[in-house]
Amino acid sequence: MTSTVETNPAEVPDFPMTRAAGCPFDPPPAARAKQEEAALTRVRLWDGSTPWLVTRYAEQRALLSDPRVSADIDTPGYPSPSPLPKGGGGSRISFILMDDPEHNRLRRMVTAPFSMRRVGAMRPAIQKIVDDLIDGLLAGPRPVDLVDAFALPVPSLVICELLGVPYGDHDFFQDNSKVIIRRDATIEERMAGHQALTGYLDRLVADKEAHPADDLLSGLAARVTAGELTRAEAAQMGVLLLIAGHETTANMIALGTLALLEHPDQLALLRESDDPALVASATEELLRYLNITHNGRRRVAVEDIEIAGEVVRAGEGLILANDIANRDTSVFPDPDRLDITRDAHRHVAFGFGVHQCLGQQLARLELQIVYSTLYRRIPTLALAGDLADIPFKHDGSVYGVYELPVTW
Amino acid sequence: MKISVDEDRCCGAGTCVLLAPDVFDQREDDGIVVLLDASPAAGLHATVREAANVCPAAAITVAETA
Repeated sequence: MTSTVETNPAEVPDFPMTRAAGCPFDPPPAARAKQEEAALTRVRLWDGSTPWLVTRYAEQRALLSDPRVSADIDTPGYPSPSPLPKGGGGSRISFILMDDPEHNRLRRMVTAPFSMRRVGAMRPAIQKIVDDLIDGLLAGPRPVDLVDAFALPVPSLVICELLGVPYGDHDFFQDNSKVIIRRDATIEERMAGHQALTGYLDRLVADKEAHPADDLLSGLAARVTAGELTRAEAAQMGVLLLIAGHETTANMIALGTLALLEHPDQLALLRESDDPALVASATEELLRYLNITHNGRRRVAVEDIEIAGEVVRAGEGLILANDIANRDTSVFPDPDRLDITRDAHRHVAFGFGVHQCLGQQLARLELQIVYSTLYRRIPTLALAGDLADIPFKHDGSVYGVYELPVTW
Repeated sequence: MKISVDEDRCCGAGTCVLLAPDVFDQREDDGIVVLLDASPAAGLHATVREAANVCPAAAITVAETA
C-alpha cells in the first residue's frame, strides 16, 4: 500500500536526504529544515511512497512507544528502505521486524547476556582486547587505517566471544555483513550475503547442539534442542546479533575518533581526565551527536493516530529520524555543538520503545573503554591526511567512515 | 514515592539500572527488571523519575505520595 499526499508531489522531498558538503557530522540540512517546519511532514521513498518523517523528539518518543504503531515489516504500508525482498531472503530478520507478543518471546531468549551485570563482568576481557590491539598498533607501521586495525576488531572480538563464534572466521562474516548493510548493493548481492551468513550460523548452532559451551549461541542451541525455537530462528538471531554487534560499535569508534580529532579541545578534555563520569558523559554525547543509524526507525500505523495537529492514518508509514531528534533544541540546547560535558543521556541513538537496542549496555562499555584508553595511550594520535579525503558511508544503513588513516 | 514495575512490558534494556542501581536490578535468567526498593529515600526521587522517563517500554510507574 502506498501513502498518498494531496499537496503538489514536487514539494515532497526525497528520503534519505543528503548531508552538506564539509559537514560530515551533521544531519542533512533539509531534514533539519523539516524539523523547524513541523513535527511530522511527508517524504518520498525510492518506491514513490510518501510516509511521514517524524523529526521532533517528543513526537518521536510518543510514536515509538505507541501500541497503535507496528514494527512488523509485513504490515501493509511499512516504509521499505530498499527494493530488497522483505527480511533479506524470504524470512524476516529476527525480532527487530516483529511486534509483540512474538517479538517479546524471541527477544527475551537473548536479553540475559546483555544485562548490566553480565555486560559489566566483561569489562576486564574487553579492556584486554583493547590494550592488545593498541599494543599491535604501536608496534606496527604508520600511518595505519584505524578502521581495519582497531575499530572493527574491537567489537568483532567482543561479539564473537559473547556469541561463541570463532574469530578466525571474521573475514567471512565481515565481508558478508558489509554487503548486507550497503545501500547500493544489488538485491542479488545482499541476498547472497544474507544466505551465506544464515547458512554459517545454522551450521554453528547445529555444532553447539552437539558440543555446547558457555556462550550465547549454545544457549540458543539448548532452546532448539528443547523445542522452544527452530534452528532457523536461532540462526536468524545469530546473524542479527553478529551484524548489529560489530558494525555499529565499529563505526562509533572510528567516527567518534574522527569527531574528537576535529574537536581538539574536547579530545584534550577527555584525554586529560581520569573521571569515569566524564568518560560516560562523553560516550553519551558522541552517541547523540553522531547518531550513526541515520536512516530513521521504520514503523507503520495500524490505527488512526492524532498527533501534533495531524492524523496519521492506519496503513501510513512512519520514519522516525532519531538523528534529527537528537538535535532538537527543546531537549539539547545548542545541539550542533559537540560538548562532552553536557548531560546527553536522553538521546535516542539507541531508538526508543520496546525495540530499543538490546546491546546498548555492551556498546556503552566498549565505547567507554575505547574512549578512555586509545587517546591516553596514543596521545599524539592524528589524522594522516585531509578530512576532505576521508570516505564516508553515505550509502550505508549505518553511517561512519570506510577508512580512517591515522598516525602518531 | 511508591514505585511499581510491569515485568510483562519490560524489554530488558537496562537503562533504569544504569541510572539508579540502588533501586533497580535485572533478573539473572532473562534481564527483566527487578525492583529493589519500592519506596526509595528522597535523595533518589529525581533519579527514579528520570529512570521512569527514559524507560523505553514505559514499564516503570512512579506514584508521588505525601
